[in-house]
Amino acid sequence: MGLLTFKGGIHPDDGKSLAKDQPITDVLPQGNLVYPLSQHIGAPATAVVKKGDHVLKGQKIAEAGGFVSAPVYASVSGTVKAIEKHLNPTGSNVDCIVIENDGEYNEVEYAAGKSLEEMSREDVLQAIGEAGIVGMGGAGFPTRVKLSPKEPDKIEYIIANCAECEPYITADYRRMLENTEELVSGMRVVLSLFEGAKGIFGVEDNKPDCIAKLKEATKDEPRMEVKALQTKYPQGAERQLIYALTKRAINSTMLPADAGCIVDNVETLIGIHHAVIDGRPLTERIVTVSGDAVEKPGNFKVLLGTCQQELIEAAGGFKKEPKKVISGGPMMGFAMITLDTPVTKTSSAILAFQKDTVEECTSTPCINCGRCVEICPSRIIPSRLADYAERHDEETFTAQNGLECVECGSCSYVCPAKRPLKQSIGSMRKIALANKKKK
Amino acid sequence: MNGKLNVSSSPHIRDKVTTSNIMLWVVIALLPATFFGIYNFRHENAWLLVVVTTGTAVLTEYIYEKLMKKPITIKDFSATVTGLLLALNLPPTLPLWMGALGSVFAILVVKQLFGGLGQNFMNPALGARCFLLISFTGRMTYFVYDGVTGATPLAELKAGEAVNSMSMLLGTIRGTIGETSVLAIMLGAMLLLLLGIIDLRIPGTYILSFVIFICLFGGHGVDPQYITAHLCGGGLMLGAWFMATDYVTSPITKSGQIVYGVCLGVLTGLFRLFGGSAEGVSYAIIISNLLVPLIEKVTLPKPFGKGGER
Repeated sequence: MGLLTFKGGIHPDDGKSLAKDQPITDVLPQGNLVYPLSQHIGAPATAVVKKGDHVLKGQKIAEAGGFVSAPVYASVSGTVKAIEKHLNPTGSNVDCIVIENDGEYNEVEYAAGKSLEEMSREDVLQAIGEAGIVGMGGAGFPTRVKLSPKEPDKIEYIIANCAECEPYITADYRRMLENTEELVSGMRVVLSLFEGAKGIFGVEDNKPDCIAKLKEATKDEPRMEVKALQTKYPQGAERQLIYALTKRAINSTMLPADAGCIVDNVETLIGIHHAVIDGRPLTERIVTVSGDAVEKPGNFKVLLGTCQQELIEAAGGFKKEPKKVISGGPMMGFAMITLDTPVTKTSSAILAFQKDTVEECTSTPCINCGRCVEICPSRIIPSRLADYAERHDEETFTAQNGLECVECGSCSYVCPAKRPLKQSIGSMRKIALANKKKK
Repeated sequence: MNGKLNVSSSPHIRDKVTTSNIMLWVVIALLPATFFGIYNFRHENAWLLVVVTTGTAVLTEYIYEKLMKKPITIKDFSATVTGLLLALNLPPTLPLWMGALGSVFAILVVKQLFGGLGQNFMNPALGARCFLLISFTGRMTYFVYDGVTGATPLAELKAGEAVNSMSMLLGTIRGTIGETSVLAIMLGAMLLLLLGIIDLRIPGTYILSFVIFICLFGGHGVDPQYITAHLCGGGLMLGAWFMATDYVTSPITKSGQIVYGVCLGVLTGLFRLFGGSAEGVSYAIIISNLLVPLIEKVTLPKPFGKGGER
């Protein structure tokens, strides 16, 4: 039997060897910390502190602004310097709380957590929501909402997304090796919410050490299973991951819960563990700093709100001036105009490159080679959809399933004519989705 | 950090494959057939026709784009592929000016006037070959081998005569410059298959459905010798591996490529068995080219989550 996977996908150079063997090290912030009020999908959080307030580490500084929202916590002790607009990694100017670090790291006293057995379903969800946990793989969907499907009895699989299919990023890899227990504990917490469900850790087979470690850690967990996935991008895309593990396929109009699945990534499950078992809010995450412009690539435990520039310094600075710096992975991450942006809940990596491959490519006419069709994980025709998008033909775009695109970028990657297929399709999708909502 | 950072939409990495290196590989894959043809027809000075035809194709593209103030695209090697393919489809004795005229027709009329690379609705080389066939039927069907004029083995086969399959496989027979040697063509085709530039879908279904067709209607039943003669004769191999697989003029959908292959097989069979001339590959391909938009329309894939995931 072949390895579990999906149809399509690509095999870019994974670049993981740069940072893979670097154990997680702590980074303590020097400068001010910046906390965007919107680090998640949904309503922005509302600030509950004002300029001049003194805050402790672990203190709530903004509360959820609605049901689909998440609170924000201070990751250091210090003084609120301002609540002002600041650039976030995706390039938007958003409201942020700025805290001047007093370097003391005085922490609030966390209420002694009850044991998992004593907690009700509502207690657990409350703890996860209160801790500000969101999908930390990049999407930032509030985890509490994800864990509250309409019909909880129909959830059969809790899937831990351990694929980490983006090139260069090794944060989850280090987490799986170094924090195996916390990861399994996080899964235990989620499984406690869904009695009939099974927990599956889906790991790409380029991480055999993680597979072995997880198998060892779950050998006494009858409800958990570790499964090896074929190493291929985008193996960690939610729909493709669910299909690889369960052979259930969902389209753009469905939620994983419709296939009886809930997917959480490694960092999120570890956050859930800390929230429920330790009663601690989300104030840190692992960030991979890598790329050929970085002196000493590595994996760092970073307090949320830390300036990205400081992370580069923690990795020994630049060995050569970078042409491009990316927040996230090279396939779906955001190119940044400045390093003066904070690490947020969804920052999995900072990658700095000496060369910008995209800049060196000139887009030429489509030769209809079909490579994009071959690799498209959504099984649509990227080259044609990009044509419709470029001539603003929303009707044909939608009719030919343009909305099914997951924007993984594989089509742009393989295109021999170097057309920015994903960019065209993505822009049209935004318009089409907005118009769909209006109706 | 003083320099400015680049910003662009994701993904931030690109595969190394480009249009020009695909085209260059196709040119390289055509070289065995080209060199064999030049050697095979050395008495007819076939090399001159190859050089003139290919050169004219590239020059036409250059001049047109220069005059139209468009970006010059001769570096993508697509005009080279067209010119070379046309040359391989011409009888070695064709006057040079006819080859050059064919190249101008291929590049100017079939390719550039329809919008250039990627926009042509039929294979430019085959379009030009058919144009020449209609315009100069006599010269285009005048075949010589080793100084002796005569019919091609395929025509002899059609007339019911016996043919030598071995020399057809090697290519030491009458025919167009590049179509005679199945071995040389297959050498290039293997290269393209190994590089992943073409796959078996189109040539495989084409050849298979053609074989089935001639077994059913050829009047010889399942006769291995007859089948081999049909496969090795005429432009079938050159057409199936190098022209039916042309990206621009074949369907982009996977199931469409199979339908397209079947169309090619059936049309080639029809033309060869029931048509006026012995050959049918060129017409089969350009007619199937015209069917591509229709084929694509009925073979749109189902997306993931709507049945297309399997």
